[in-house]
Amino acid sequence: MEPSKMNGSEAQIDDLLPAETGETPQKIGFIIGASSVGTLIEWYDFYIFGMLATIISVQFFPEGSGTSALLSTLAIFAAGFLVRPFGALVFGRLGDLIGRKYTFLLTLVLMGGSTFLIGLVPGYATIGWAAPILVLVLRLVQGLALGGEYGGAATYVAEHAPKGRRGFYTSWIQTTATLGLFLALGVIILIRNAQGVETFSSEWGGWRYPFWISLLLVIVSIFIRMKMSESPVFSKLKKEGKTSTNPLRESFGHKANFKMVLLALFGAVMGQGVIWYTGQFYAQNFLETVCKIDFLQSRNIMIIAILFATPFFVVFGGLSDKIGRKWIMLLGMLGGIIAYIPIYKTFLEWTNPSERISMIDKSGIKVGASEAFYDAKHPERILVKTIHDTTYTDGSIFKYTKTDTLKIAGTFTPGLPLIFYKHPVSGEEKTVAMHAKPKEKLGVGVTKLELNSISDSPGSNVEKVMGKAIYWKIIFFVFLQILFVTMVYGPIAAFLVELFPTKIRYTSMSLPYHIGNGIFGGLVPFLATLIVEFTKSAEHPNGNPLAGLYYPIGVAAVCFIIGSVYLSNKIDEDVND
Amino acid sequence: MNQIKKYLGLLWMAMAPLLIVFMAWQAWEKIGAASGAAKSNVALQWVIILMVFIPICAGFFIFGKYSFHGDYAHLPESSMELDDYEEPVL
Repeated sequence: MEPSKMNGSEAQIDDLLPAETGETPQKIGFIIGASSVGTLIEWYDFYIFGMLATIISVQFFPEGSGTSALLSTLAIFAAGFLVRPFGALVFGRLGDLIGRKYTFLLTLVLMGGSTFLIGLVPGYATIGWAAPILVLVLRLVQGLALGGEYGGAATYVAEHAPKGRRGFYTSWIQTTATLGLFLALGVIILIRNAQGVETFSSEWGGWRYPFWISLLLVIVSIFIRMKMSESPVFSKLKKEGKTSTNPLRESFGHKANFKMVLLALFGAVMGQGVIWYTGQFYAQNFLETVCKIDFLQSRNIMIIAILFATPFFVVFGGLSDKIGRKWIMLLGMLGGIIAYIPIYKTFLEWTNPSERISMIDKSGIKVGASEAFYDAKHPERILVKTIHDTTYTDGSIFKYTKTDTLKIAGTFTPGLPLIFYKHPVSGEEKTVAMHAKPKEKLGVGVTKLELNSISDSPGSNVEKVMGKAIYWKIIFFVFLQILFVTMVYGPIAAFLVELFPTKIRYTSMSLPYHIGNGIFGGLVPFLATLIVEFTKSAEHPNGNPLAGLYYPIGVAAVCFIIGSVYLSNKIDEDVND
Repeated sequence: MNQIKKYLGLLWMAMAPLLIVFMAWQAWEKIGAASGAAKSNVALQWVIILMVFIPICAGFFIFGKYSFHGDYAHLPESSMELDDYEEPVL
């Protein structure tokens, strides 16, 4: 066809052969921006479901129902572990057959649409079983779309990037997973703070807004992506009739390529996945559930650490263009292997009351306000909620909220001492002497109590607000973990792109990426909890809280060995073949 | 280095079935320990985990086998080298 008769997209193809001509800075800037914004939105969509899981389970998966629990498990497990790799295969194949641009446009529409619709599904209280089933289906669509998005965006940018700058340009795509997490955290905190916890958590409350906001973001992103042209490398291949007719078979059915898929998975992505999830998810989970740091403070710690660490994705991506990808990624893994236990041990030392005796300011221990609940149907007992603050010299405040059922001895008379009815630890109901003394009368015959000792027992709900110095030290240690993430994750898109040929690149790189991240990484919280369970015994009922780290450390160690021995540090200059 | 790859290949081939046995044993133990409504939920979790980990372990075994047979002695430097057709492995 004569150039004058070519349509717009074909004319653009010839203008866009990066390895030969190079993109202008404006053009490559637009390509990166357009690709990254879409990928960022997809990550945002995927994360908000996980971050709002507690509210979602209350609204859609009511407690006490076996079927509901099964659906909830499917929504959490299947979306991440089964559907993501499946999405990688489905959309990877499409991307290698019809092109990168339309495939990742499709994944964006699917992700945005399903996210928006989740925000519209009425709760279980309104439509019954239809609610959890609809949410499950939409969540599975989200997983499918995410499986197809990343490979497309990374491939698209890499195929536009000029020689010697591939690591730098694709590292912008790598920032999106972290920025998506940042955006999701930020939006949720903003709405929650503006509305208050109660309104936010109600059936049509603010927790739905992050889902609705997604629609707006996706429309903008689709508009931008529509303006993008097809990858020049893929277009050239298509024009020459050299695209694959069966990408799945060529990717996984041919030994020469399949061995590279296995090498990518076991020598790089598997370790990258566990380092990523430990640094960005397990850290937050550990601070909140094991160290019991206050909800808002633990999220602020993550947000600040992410903010400081994110530029390093680009730093390490750019550095990998100069010194190679392999050792940067492997050093990130080694950092995690060596540092995780000391870092998490330090977190425990800073937040465990028994470990920080030397820092205690005894005069700072005080009993805060108590609330007592009297139920006329049960005049023999009252429920007492006691808030007990311990202030430390470093500025930390550990707030214990203890709820006790108290039995009234005989006929209730205002001012009489109460008798402890339910043991807070064993749950055994017995009448024992209450370790409390009446202090002051409140309202109609309820006595305010002062407890002698409170600990991190199951009977207590603890929230710790750390003092400034410790707060910043924790941020530094989380930052350090995310720095390891930037080392393994910054160069990996370029690494994967260079490993596979153009005609089956989308398929070949998407599957190991989503197995490494979705399965090895996604299972970090589940398997870590399982390993901690192993360490529990009669003598140590809480087990070893650090034992959960053996999983990411073990996987990263095996990956480090394989990567060191098998991978090449040589950069493939030509990805046009 | 190729000798190390060869012997490591044996290690990966040995580890893969051991991991499958370990996971299956864990699944059996955890499902057995659960009771009531939680039992089917725990069973579902483990079925999903086994469904994804068994093929991965099979892949790990194949990786070990390739390694043992020297298939990683030379890594392709061009996509042309990946085009050589060989018998499908799947």
